[in-house]
Amino acid sequence: MNPIEPQSPSDQINVTQPADNSKSAGHSRRVFLFKLSLLLNGAVGAVLAVPIIGYLLGPALTKSSNEDSWIKLGPLGDFPEGETRLVSFRNPVTTPWDGQTGDIPCWVRHISGNDFQVFAINCAHLGCPVRWFAQSKLFLCPCHGGAYYEDGSRASGPPERGLFVYDHKIVAGSLMISAGKMPTLAARNCTKPVLTQIRTNSTATLADERGLMPTEGSQSRNSPWPA
Amino acid sequence: MASLKQRGINVYNWFERRLGLGKPTIEMAEHEVPSNTSSWWYVFGSAATVILVLQVVTGILLALVYAPSASHAWGSLEFLDHNVRLGWFLRAMHGWGSDFMIAIVLIHLMQVFLFGAYKFPRELTWIVGVFLLLMTLGMAFTGQVLRFDQDAYWGLGIGASILSRVPFVGGPLVDLMLGGPIIAGPTLSRFFTLHVFVIPGALLALVGLHLWMVLRLGINDWPMPGRIVDKKTYVQEYHKLTEKTGIPFVPDAAWKDAVFAAAILLAIVACAFYFGPFGPTGQPDPTIIETAPKPDFAFLWIYAVLAYLPPSLETPVMFIAPILAIGAMLLLPLVSGEGEKHWSRRPVAVLMVVVIAVTLGAFTRLAMYTPWSPIMNAWTSVPIPESDLKDRTPLEREGALVLQNKQCRNCHSIGGAGGMRGPALDSIASRMTEDQIIRQVLQGGGNMPAYGNALNPAETTALVHFLLTLRGGTLSPAIDASRKLVSSNEQSPSQVHLRPSASGGP
Repeated sequence: MNPIEPQSPSDQINVTQPADNSKSAGHSRRVFLFKLSLLLNGAVGAVLAVPIIGYLLGPALTKSSNEDSWIKLGPLGDFPEGETRLVSFRNPVTTPWDGQTGDIPCWVRHISGNDFQVFAINCAHLGCPVRWFAQSKLFLCPCHGGAYYEDGSRASGPPERGLFVYDHKIVAGSLMISAGKMPTLAARNCTKPVLTQIRTNSTATLADERGLMPTEGSQSRNSPWPA
Repeated sequence: MASLKQRGINVYNWFERRLGLGKPTIEMAEHEVPSNTSSWWYVFGSAATVILVLQVVTGILLALVYAPSASHAWGSLEFLDHNVRLGWFLRAMHGWGSDFMIAIVLIHLMQVFLFGAYKFPRELTWIVGVFLLLMTLGMAFTGQVLRFDQDAYWGLGIGASILSRVPFVGGPLVDLMLGGPIIAGPTLSRFFTLHVFVIPGALLALVGLHLWMVLRLGINDWPMPGRIVDKKTYVQEYHKLTEKTGIPFVPDAAWKDAVFAAAILLAIVACAFYFGPFGPTGQPDPTIIETAPKPDFAFLWIYAVLAYLPPSLETPVMFIAPILAIGAMLLLPLVSGEGEKHWSRRPVAVLMVVVIAVTLGAFTRLAMYTPWSPIMNAWTSVPIPESDLKDRTPLEREGALVLQNKQCRNCHSIGGAGGMRGPALDSIASRMTEDQIIRQVLQGGGNMPAYGNALNPAETTALVHFLLTLRGGTLSPAIDASRKLVSSNEQSPSQVHLRPSASGGP
């Protein structure tokens, strides 16, 4: 600092006194250079922003079709006919540090023969874990009291629709489901029509389920409870 | 001694010559404030700042041990609680500090609102304050996630489910929030980043801005009824007031801030010591579904609102209401930047504070006992009162068994025990006839599932016969007036109208 300080005033005097023009010329040149440097930094910033934003948006840009894959839940013998059982599977996409969070539970309902329904654990309202009550044939949610019938259709409470269903198939005597992504109202595997999860594989089950259908329609408005 | 003092002054001067911070700091501390602002009502902002410092310090100390990985976070909290000397106390301080922070920030908000502090020229101070409030709540939510237990796991599920309802971009938003297809390691990592780097950084910067504006514009003078804020004259009047009644902030006004901050810190220490840390509850294993997730205290009211909103209104309210609320808070100082400051001349403002406080309080209270949730184990753990089983027929007692076995008690209480989702059944037969009960049980309706598929005819008969004995002790049974009319019509067609319906029932 010290060596420069005494020089600068004399510099100024030298420059300003003889030629005002040269200073203003220099000034406008420096302003131009400064603006150029701003432009340069803006360009560098834009170049930098591409990978940064790409990195940040990475999870949202992944194709969801890559995230769902077929997972074996177990041999058919594990699922007695007429029962609904809790089964968990390891999510196909995990990181080594996911720990227990990579284990995903689901409800497997064996209707009869090769007829199955596999429901997500997450309530269609806000994702809390629904519990199966075999005696009353209901799924109940502990958070806000959503209730679903045994076929996953909405029974009562805040959910707008029935339980989320995983696609399933039977390969070599084992039940397999297509899973990988947390089921939410926006997820791909859940864009099925609201309130209809009944699978129409066999006419026998269809007729069976039809017995339930009137209850859904009739329950909405005619409340006998005093308000 | 004198030489020691002189040496100290020399050291100070050495630094001051190079830093130049001492003089402006002292000037800042001693700046004049109107004497009427030296009040116990003006201590909440500084208390919030002190708690922020406490949170930063305890947070850094916790980060020495905490493992921000989905597989180890829960274990590291247990380790902190049980294996690290005084780890439990640090966790408790950070947790209670968070609750106190939110409480103090809300009181501060209420105070500056009622004192009209957001009016000219302090509009921007208020607007920055609104963002500070949002960030404080953001810290509370992300902090709850870092306590990576069952509540945190399912809380993230609730968050993701809410985001998934955003029109068009819901799916990508969920992906961004979770950092992957499911709630797992990457999810915790991003909430760790938010809680430890992103939000605190922004929070500290905005607190600096907030304080800078308080110093630059002067603390809000004590409002007087009739002293109107006018953009043309306010600054001049404020300076006149400061000149006339001014006292140095330090020490004449600041001692109250200091005393209150110390009291609050002591209260946090006491709560931490007596009540201990929050959780962690069960480990974040989604396959353990025997859990009733609940958010932390500050978010209980949202939990309650989400239970009560009708399904068709839920999504719009979820996204429109917050925008309106935050927008209104941000626009408030711009819309009403002038006029009366005193609460006695602003009845609408006072009413708003009261209504909002009572509403939030009521919803929070409801969420503490969640009357909308079925009690999952009531059917096996809650007895039927002896009096309801005494002198009953075998069929009626069979019906009582059906009532228990079909989990009716999870939603219906008898004798004050059981769920509160449905109405209490103690006097059900005085309100509903046999036909109505049968219809209700089999077909459901009014928020009750249909049990037609879960009950065989024998079970239905037994259940209904038991329910018909529940008349709240002495109440008379419900009567179907139309049935009465039909049956008396058959007997004596001429005298139907004047017959009083004294008795009836099954």
